[in-house]
Amino acid sequence: MDLTDLTLKQAISTLHHGETSSRELTRACLARIEQLEPSLHAFLYLAADSAMSQADAADRELAALRRINSQSTKLLLGVPLAIKDVLTVEGLPCTAGSKILEGFIPPFTATAVKRLQESGAIVIGKTNTDEFAMGSSTENSAYGVTHNPWDTSRVPGGSSGGSAAAVAARLIPAALGTDTGGSVRQPASFCGVTGLKPTYGRVSRYGLVAYGSSLDCVGVLARTAEDVAILYTIMAGRDPLDATTAGAPVSRIEFVVADGRPPLGGLRIGIPREYFVSGIQAEVEAGVRQAVSMLEGLGAEIHEISLPHTEYALPVYYILAPAEASANLARYDGIRYGPRIQAESMWDIFYRTRGSKFGAEVERRIMLGTYALSAGYYDAYYGQAQKVRTLIKRDFEQAFEQIDAIAAPVAPTTAFPIGAHGDDPLAMYLEDVFTLPANLAGVPGLAFPVGFDGTGLPVGMQLMVPHFREDVLFRMAHAYQQVTDWQAQKPRI
Amino acid sequence: MPLSLEEVEHIATLARLELTAEEKARYRQQLSAILDYIRKLQELDTTDIPPTSSVLSEASPLRADESRPGLGREALLENAPEVERGQFKIPPVFE
Repeated sequence: MDLTDLTLKQAISTLHHGETSSRELTRACLARIEQLEPSLHAFLYLAADSAMSQADAADRELAALRRINSQSTKLLLGVPLAIKDVLTVEGLPCTAGSKILEGFIPPFTATAVKRLQESGAIVIGKTNTDEFAMGSSTENSAYGVTHNPWDTSRVPGGSSGGSAAAVAARLIPAALGTDTGGSVRQPASFCGVTGLKPTYGRVSRYGLVAYGSSLDCVGVLARTAEDVAILYTIMAGRDPLDATTAGAPVSRIEFVVADGRPPLGGLRIGIPREYFVSGIQAEVEAGVRQAVSMLEGLGAEIHEISLPHTEYALPVYYILAPAEASANLARYDGIRYGPRIQAESMWDIFYRTRGSKFGAEVERRIMLGTYALSAGYYDAYYGQAQKVRTLIKRDFEQAFEQIDAIAAPVAPTTAFPIGAHGDDPLAMYLEDVFTLPANLAGVPGLAFPVGFDGTGLPVGMQLMVPHFREDVLFRMAHAYQQVTDWQAQKPRI
Repeated sequence: MPLSLEEVEHIATLARLELTAEEKARYRQQLSAILDYIRKLQELDTTDIPPTSSVLSEASPLRADESRPGLGREALLENAPEVERGQFKIPPVFE
């Protein structure tokens, strides 16, 4: 048995039953990383030594528990995981894919990561990302692009492309990502894995390098909905270190309703007509429609719905996110951390350090946001965008009065070739057209594989549900994954 | 309505970004195209629509106003490019 083929759930079970050791599992992941990293470049940093010593410590703890015939209360004891390089892990470099954080060693660990560590998880390394999570392909990483394991001439999506590629290529059973405008769901879709963007405020962002603070969410990428649910449940909930975390109880996840009814009986799914527009790849539309029929076969009712302001999500996002980014990234000034371009005056240190260390997409978004917030333009851009955001949020609220979940494509196409969008930022922004609305409305979304296109690239679908109803997402995707095996397909790399 | 070179320079100054002449020309063209697209929002009448700045349904709780230990000076200075006598060092701001 190849240990890297284990899902997260299987890995947990084999570790707890003593059928394999954390050393063997962690070693197997590191060996596969060593073998495939040259063709993928999913990682920006590997913590091989510390991972192995943590694995040995976990094995001692597991053995001691077995001697007294007891199981660990730490569910993830001995499980290796990967973390997107925008979340801090004390002592491990954190670059956010940017030269402006080169050499930065954070003195603290993000709460989301800490909760996984407290449950026994081992951080094996930090995964590649578009610089400051700004991008849809990882091509904006200052440290080189990640390659899609299904076709290494194509992008893995982004910005959590390193995490998606690592999970798809089975370098690691699961990884953390972040989703500000689709950055978990779109790479999950491009790489054929399952990816969650939770409700805004559900998972702590303490220790997350901030991009668009009214939109940023910490999410999970793994092979199955069950695996995603395991990590989500451990991370979710109020954190005193992040005032935006919600106090609402974390909904209990029940995968099977044991009353003899069809697994999705009583659930109403809405299909928004605005998400099936010209420009969408025929195989993506066909894949999503076929998956919807499967969900219907599992007992769900299907209704056509309308989210009338969908077309405005893109312009709203590309005002609000850059505006928030322009404020959040003001902290990178060459004074307190990161490299400094030395100059005669403090002002010149600012100009030169920022001008030479930020990449082009980050500079564009900072400038766009600065413009949208500047005197004379604030009302026309930022003010108007905040009002249209209200309309987009109301679209979802009204839809959820009649249905329980929305099913839609994740992206208009499957993974595109590296370099396809060249130096055309607007063409790249259009990749996010179906994922941005969930961020603007704050609702959770789950992407999972529903097929392959003619060239063998994964096709994904997303489900979106009302705030704090992640349990419905997991229940639906799990039911689908019980009767299909797209998530079990392995790229030949 | 494309941005002028002066506008691009003004934004770069506000954002504290030193740009080359080539970057200014490229960003001028790219930002103008993005802004053209974004102006689509002007076609909506939002007279009676309140703005949304946060989607959180509950107010953020306030913690008790009590002092507690932080990360400590040493940890916070560890990543600084230049440090002197336990402080961040910068060139003189006032003569």
